[in-house]
Amino acid sequence: MSQVPVPADVRILPKVTATNEHYWHGGRHGTLVLRRCRSCGYRLHPPTPVCPQCLGRDLAPEAVSGRATVATFTINHQPWYPGLEVPFVLAIVELDEQPDVRITTNIVNCPLADVHIGMRVQVVFRAYDDVWIPFFEPEVI
Amino acid sequence: MAGPFQGRVAITGIGQSDVGRRLGRDPLELTLDACLAAIADAGLTPADIDGIATYPGAMDNPPGFSGAGVTDVHDALRLKLNWYYGGIESPGQTGSTINGMMAVATGLASHVLCFRTVFEGSAQGAQGRSAVMTGGGDGGYRAGGFQQWVLPYGAPSAAPWIAMFAQRHFHEFGTTREQMAQIALNARLNAAANPKAIYGTPLTLDDYLSARMISEPFCLFDCDVPCDGATAVIVSRTDVARSLRKPPIIVESAGTAIRGRPSWDQWDDLTTMSVRDAGLSLWERTHLAPSDVEVAELYDGFSFIAMAWLEALGFCGRGESGPFIEGGHRIALDGELPLNTNGGQLSSGRLHGYGFLHEACVQLWGEGAGRQVLTAAGTRPELAVAAAGGGPTASCLLLSCAR
Repeated sequence: MSQVPVPADVRILPKVTATNEHYWHGGRHGTLVLRRCRSCGYRLHPPTPVCPQCLGRDLAPEAVSGRATVATFTINHQPWYPGLEVPFVLAIVELDEQPDVRITTNIVNCPLADVHIGMRVQVVFRAYDDVWIPFFEPEVI
Repeated sequence: MAGPFQGRVAITGIGQSDVGRRLGRDPLELTLDACLAAIADAGLTPADIDGIATYPGAMDNPPGFSGAGVTDVHDALRLKLNWYYGGIESPGQTGSTINGMMAVATGLASHVLCFRTVFEGSAQGAQGRSAVMTGGGDGGYRAGGFQQWVLPYGAPSAAPWIAMFAQRHFHEFGTTREQMAQIALNARLNAAANPKAIYGTPLTLDDYLSARMISEPFCLFDCDVPCDGATAVIVSRTDVARSLRKPPIIVESAGTAIRGRPSWDQWDDLTTMSVRDAGLSLWERTHLAPSDVEVAELYDGFSFIAMAWLEALGFCGRGESGPFIEGGHRIALDGELPLNTNGGQLSSGRLHGYGFLHEACVQLWGEGAGRQVLTAAGTRPELAVAAAGGGPTASCLLLSCAR
């Protein structure tokens, strides 16, 4: 899980709070971190205060492998605001550890034409200000 | 009588303001134009109105999204209200109307004025869509809530979010752009007979296939057109409605369920959206069946949403909407299931859900003129579906008007 340089593009960044800090700061150490229930093992995303599976409250951040599969994607051509570089790939990926955890992301470091449903990908972070945004790139086995 | 409202709730009047790309008019005036037209259409006066329901209620952002709230209309018409509601967290945009129906069914109100006003056309002005999108970069704005999961990825619009559902549908079921195009082409064809349509000029499959892409598989013509306009509907007690100007349109059923996660990206089935559960619950609450429906007005904020509604409402099987609309004959004005007879939001403007409800009533009252649906017997339809919403919010209504 390598770090890539910060590109000169324009992005709207997330507001970091006590609830999501593990997610947006996890990339500092190169890991994708999710909230997990210590009672039943379920991963909560987006993070909420009570486990929806067992109603447990013993929740803690835990790294996942960052490996995932593309569930769907779109090649976006419309520049929705000035400075947004197009085209780019927007995708929903499903995490290996728990496929019902989905992450909306960009697929990077690969030609647009190579992106497909079922594609294996891995997380890669880019730092912007105080947050590390997780992107996904083709999996290296 | 069966159904969630036991036949006690009816639609008695409809009204619509001027509709245009950029009217530059006071949105409250547009609202009152629609409301007063609907009140008069029912044969009522403002003194009869004792309830208001609206979506999304007064709000300033996004620009043009809400032209008036409850209190604006309440005060402007000096209404004496027994009940009111305005809000955005309801099933689809016409979930507000369903709240009005519940108020009538429970006796909290007798005549509820339901409305929706947009002025997104004027709000975005000459700068186009980016003028009403959450801006990027240097403003220091930080995203919270759901927006934090999409804005860092350059996706502030529902176009790419819904495009991903369409893409998954294409992948699982072999759906094609040529099939999806029929939603847009059919809408454009019907819009030609709607004097208030934004785009009435013919559109060909070649035009569609050569249009610029917005977010694959959506091209420009898969996306509805922002506009200015207001729509209003009067919901009344059926026992009172029988003595009014028009035959009451009975509310047979309402579909309001959402049984999966309320999310654009965590929804369990990436081919259906929440319209699946809204459609299911509509039929769970009535003895009527999809085959009884004679005209369908289904939300087409993006063309694919109308396809998802066709499946959700059981007009075809899951994954079968592509073949169902292929060639466009089945959904044409003279087809077995006429669809979006006023041109939908794709060609007649993004009146945001309420336009479909309005058009269903137009058809049931036989007021469609050049776009009127006629049955094989040459009569107006008796049963219509109006559906609003997509993504994580949706609802639908089953409406009847006996001949």
